[in-house]
Amino acid sequence: MAILTSQNEQEIRKVFGQLKDPVTLIVFSQSLAAADLCAQNEQLVREVAALSDKLGTEVLNLAIDRGRAERYGVDQVPAIVVEGARDYGLRFYGVPLGYEFSNLIDAIVVASTGEPALAEATKTALAGLTSDIDIKVFSTPT
Amino acid sequence: MRLAQHMAVASERVRSTAIEATEFPELSRAYQVMAVPKVVINDRVQFEGALPEAEFLSAVLRASASDVER
Repeated sequence: MAILTSQNEQEIRKVFGQLKDPVTLIVFSQSLAAADLCAQNEQLVREVAALSDKLGTEVLNLAIDRGRAERYGVDQVPAIVVEGARDYGLRFYGVPLGYEFSNLIDAIVVASTGEPALAEATKTALAGLTSDIDIKVFSTPT
Repeated sequence: MRLAQHMAVASERVRSTAIEATEFPELSRAYQVMAVPKVVINDRVQFEGALPEAEFLSAVLRASASDVER
């Protein structure tokens, strides 16, 4: 059974009209760790990717594709890396449904355009960062 | 979440990870997640709820400054 309704699909296609560069949704799964959630995550990503020819998917196994997992800094499943013209550092742990789903769509759009919607002052301050910043945002589906 | 994502795209220094708290109870416990959204920057600066852009940026800069001091 599909996760997205036809109404969801229509709305997302409209948003995806803004897409510019190709985006790859790299999914990390591991059936021994969380089989059901990983399967649901893979299905969701495939359904989303099917809504634009600018989107591609790749499914990796956390236990087997260790080099890639390490490169992306992924150590949990299910996980999604949203990669645009470069790896912008966009990660999702857990199936992004509900509240997180709109963030996934937003991440895809900003990774594709490469144009963050931030004030000039914010961009200038971020350009001056001299150390790495890791931001974790915990949320729940509702 | 949107701000964290856009900051990640704006700077090669920034990484943004969205974590579904109920699916990762151990991580949520480790970071003492009592209310959502909860934001944790470099495992040190943290806050609950959504902040306006300027305040979110201040939190990022505080986390960055405490790195430099180390």
